This record gives sequence, C-alpha cells and structure tokens, in this order.
Amino acid sequence: MSEFLTFVSTHQQMFYIVILMIFVGVEVIGRVPSVLHTPLMSGANAIHGVVIIGAIIVMGKAEPGNTVALILGFIAVFLGTLNVVGGFVVTDRMLEMFKSKKKN
Amino acid sequence: MTIIYILASVSFIFGLKMLSHPASARKGNLIAAAGMTLAIFGTIFLYRNEAGEKLHNYGWIFSGIILGSIVGTLVAKKVKMTAMPEMVSMFNGMGGACAALISMIEYGHYSHLLETDTLLAVSDYRMTILIIVLGLIIGSVSFAGSMIAWGKLNGTVGDFSFKGQSIINILFLIAILCMGAYIISNPTHPFMIYVLFALALLYGIMFTMPIGGADMPVVISLLNSFTGVAAAIGGFLYDNKVMLTGGILVGAAGTLLTVLMCKAMNRSLLNVLIGSFGGGNSAVSNGNSSAGGTIKEISLSDAATVMAYANKVIIVPGYGLAVAQAQHVCHELEKQLEERGVEVKYAIHPVAGRMPGHMNVLLAEADVSYDKLAEMDEANEELKNTDVALILGANDVVNPAAKTDPSSPIYGMPIIDVEQAKTVIVNKRSMKPGYAGIENELFFRPKTSMLFGDAKKVLQELVTEIKNV
Repeated sequence: MSEFLTFVSTHQQMFYIVILMIFVGVEVIGRVPSVLHTPLMSGANAIHGVVIIGAIIVMGKAEPGNTVALILGFIAVFLGTLNVVGGFVVTDRMLEMFKSKKKN
Repeated sequence: MTIIYILASVSFIFGLKMLSHPASARKGNLIAAAGMTLAIFGTIFLYRNEAGEKLHNYGWIFSGIILGSIVGTLVAKKVKMTAMPEMVSMFNGMGGACAALISMIEYGHYSHLLETDTLLAVSDYRMTILIIVLGLIIGSVSFAGSMIAWGKLNGTVGDFSFKGQSIINILFLIAILCMGAYIISNPTHPFMIYVLFALALLYGIMFTMPIGGADMPVVISLLNSFTGVAAAIGGFLYDNKVMLTGGILVGAAGTLLTVLMCKAMNRSLLNVLIGSFGGGNSAVSNGNSSAGGTIKEISLSDAATVMAYANKVIIVPGYGLAVAQAQHVCHELEKQLEERGVEVKYAIHPVAGRMPGHMNVLLAEADVSYDKLAEMDEANEELKNTDVALILGANDVVNPAAKTDPSSPIYGMPIIDVEQAKTVIVNKRSMKPGYAGIENELFFRPKTSMLFGDAKKVLQELVTEIKNV
C-alpha cells in the first residue's frame, strides 16, 4: 500500500492528466452524431497508435547485442506503425466520402 | 521535446473534437495525424534518457517504420468499403500487440536487472512491474480479441460457444489475475511472463469467440478503448505524457462510444462482456417457434410499379446492401424515383450494417445527399405517411419481435417500425435469419411482400423496370 502511495505522489502529474483526459474524452465524444461513429472509432483507433512511441523508446534503449529485445522491438515498431498509418488512412478514406458528397 | 508532446496532445484532442462534426471531420483526422507524426519524429530525434543519452538502433527503428507505413498504406488503400470495419479491428489488434510486446521486453529488462543486481529492492520496482503486467494483459487480450473479431467479420471464423462458457471465461480471468499477482510478487522468473502472455491471448479468444456478429461493433469499440488504456499504461511506464494523453483520451472516448452503441441496441455492457448473448442455438429455436405462416413474393415489375406510383418511399438499408456493394445502384434507383416525383428517404438504424454509421459511410460513397438520410426516430415519424418501405438486406433492425416478444434476444432494441408504411417490400437473398440468428415475423405479415435475390441485381432490374413503367 505504501508503495502505491509513493508511486502516486511521485507521479502526481500523470494522475492529474489521467483524470482530466477522462473528462475531455467523454466531453469530446458526447455530442457526436451516430453518422460519425465509425469514422470516429477509426480515428480513435489511429490515435491510440501512440504506443508506437513506447516501441521506439524500447527499441532505442535496447543494447545492440540483445537480439530478442531487438526482434521483439522491431515487430512492435512495425505493428505500431501499421496501427497509426493504416488507422489514419482508413479514416481519411471514410471521411473523403462525406466530403465529396458535400459538394453536390 | 516537451513542446512537441504538448502540441501533439492538443492536436489529438482537437482532432477528436473535429471528428465529431461532419464538416470538420476530415480536417480533424489530418490534424491528429500531423500531431502523431510530430510526436513520432520528436521521440526519435529528441528523446534523452535519464543519463542524457540519445536513442540508438536507428536502422531498426526506421526500417520498422518504413515497412509499417508501406504495408499499412497499401492495405488501407486497397480494402473495399464494406471491409472497413474488419480493417479497423485489425489495426486495433496491431496496436494491442505492440503494447503487449513493449511490456514483454520491459519485463525481461527489469527482471534481468533485479536478478543480477541484488542491491535493488524488489519492492521499489513493484509498481513498475504491476504496470508492465497490466499493459501485457490488456494489450494481449485486445490483440487476440481484435483478431477474432476481424476473422468473424471476414466470415472466416464462425461463432463458437458451449455450455458454461461464461463460467470458464471468468475462471480464465481469475487465473490471469492470480498469475499477474504472482509475477508481481516474484518478478525474477522471466519465463512466467510468456505463460501470462499465452493465458491473456487465450482469454482474448475465449472472450470474443461466443459473441454474435451483431455485437461485433460493440466489441471492437470496447477493444479499441482497451488498447487506448494499454497505450496509457505505456505512458506511465516511460513517464511519457503524449502516450498517456492519447491513450486515456481514446480509452475514455472509446468506453463512452461503447456505451452509446450498447444503448442503441438496448443491451447492457455486462451482458456483452460475459458473452452470454452468443447469437447461440437457444435464440434460434426461440425465434423459430414464434414465427410462422406464409410469405408473399412480389414480382419485379409489380414492385417497380408500386414504387413508381408511390408518393413517398423510404429505403431501409442493411448489411445485405453492403455485401452486395449495391450502394451505387441504390442511388440510381433513388434518382429514377425522384424524376418521377417520388419522395425518397433513407432510414438509418444506428446499428444497421456491422458498425454504427456503416450505412452512412456506404451511402455517402454513392453520393447520396446528406439530408436524405433520416435517423431512426425521425424515420419512424416519417414512416406514418409513407407508401412503400423498401428494406434492402436489413433484418434485425426491422424485426417487430424487438417490440412484441419478451423472449426474443433482441427484445427492447429500438427498431425502425416499417409496418407503419402502407406497403413493405423486403429484399433478401433468402429466408435465412439475420445476424442475430432470429426469425423475423415481419416477413410473414400481410403487408409484407418479399423480393428475393442479391441486392445489387434486384436493384438494377428495378431501375430498368421503373424506366419502363
């Protein structure tokens, strides 16, 4: 328990961010029309691709001799990029259609 | 570095915000993408660890990114509009796998550290290990679940459920938690983490396996928010604020989106989570016994005549339309009818198709104008003075059992009440039950006439017929 408390106090800022972000997330989504649910889900999907930053850090920290970490890290970076790039491109393709229709 | 992260975080929030308005949605997506690029390159070039060292292994990092970008773009560009939901699910799984892998590497790192350096007290690292374990569990469940969801939407994986599955699932969960707790208290067995990984993967599979296709959107949205949380956990691990912001943002938004979807189907989240719905056998037999009687078929020319001389036609699209890729022909039909002075509208059920908004995306692709799409409540109002309701490959969303039959698994789900219209024409490929696996009484009602066949073919023929009327 005391470990947890020290953790909380050393990471105070992080906890504030967590709490505020929960509200922001709920607030931002709250009024979305159901028309946009799929693109929104897809967009959110791309945004959580930020894990790739973790993958990059892991990768960059790994000692060049540590093959297991290197290979796993490489896969992680690859998959993370796939998530980010694929996510944004798919979202864009969906939204493209909303746009083209607007012109008519 | 900090500035870059702040910029990126703000761009995510703005991006999400703009995504929730049709007009600014595309820009919002681009802004979020730009923020992401900034964050990635900022990390690569500006990251310093505690000792002030730069990252190394640039070659590996860049080859991973380049390869990932190429594959990601190609796959995302090539995929058909109907396969979008699967795609989202798959990319989501990739993110989950990424989070799980990070945890695995970090665990190996810390457990090695603790083993070799006896001066370090295990208790100082307990919280870190806890975070790593959590990240691994959530990440792998999300990965396995997404892969199954992907397979299911693809049609490659069927529904699979057995008696007592929910109990076994709960046991699995308990086993995973115990395992996690064990690892946290004894973090020096690098091998255990793989066992936990395998367990979590299995749980992900078990968790998604029995859930019926109608629930897939909810599951994907839920897994999406899981991955968000996994990403946020990574943020804790590296004290990285942009990961934390992005992750929690998606976690919160995704959870809310999940709840919204559940509400649209009138199911509780818990119900979906335990996986008791299943679209299972009991549901089918239930439906079969309550529905019966004779169906009435209608010929193409009759259908064409009825619609051509109607004042108002409401089209209810469903998954069948998406499968047949019939959205363009559907628009064609709409134009033909409008030329004859018929008022045409589309009634969009929030969960029609396989994802909320699926139908809107599809019809938008065919240039159907925005104001022709009516949401459920609006459509139900308008149906009262509608002559013909044309149902294209939709089933569960128009099933009256949701209103009348308390034993039906979809009981209580709001539906599009097509029976208010004077005539109902249903286009389906066969009499097979819809995605929820239940019979639809609507087809046996006297007002309803059936028009069997592939949606695209039928619509094409309808268009020609209407031209000739």
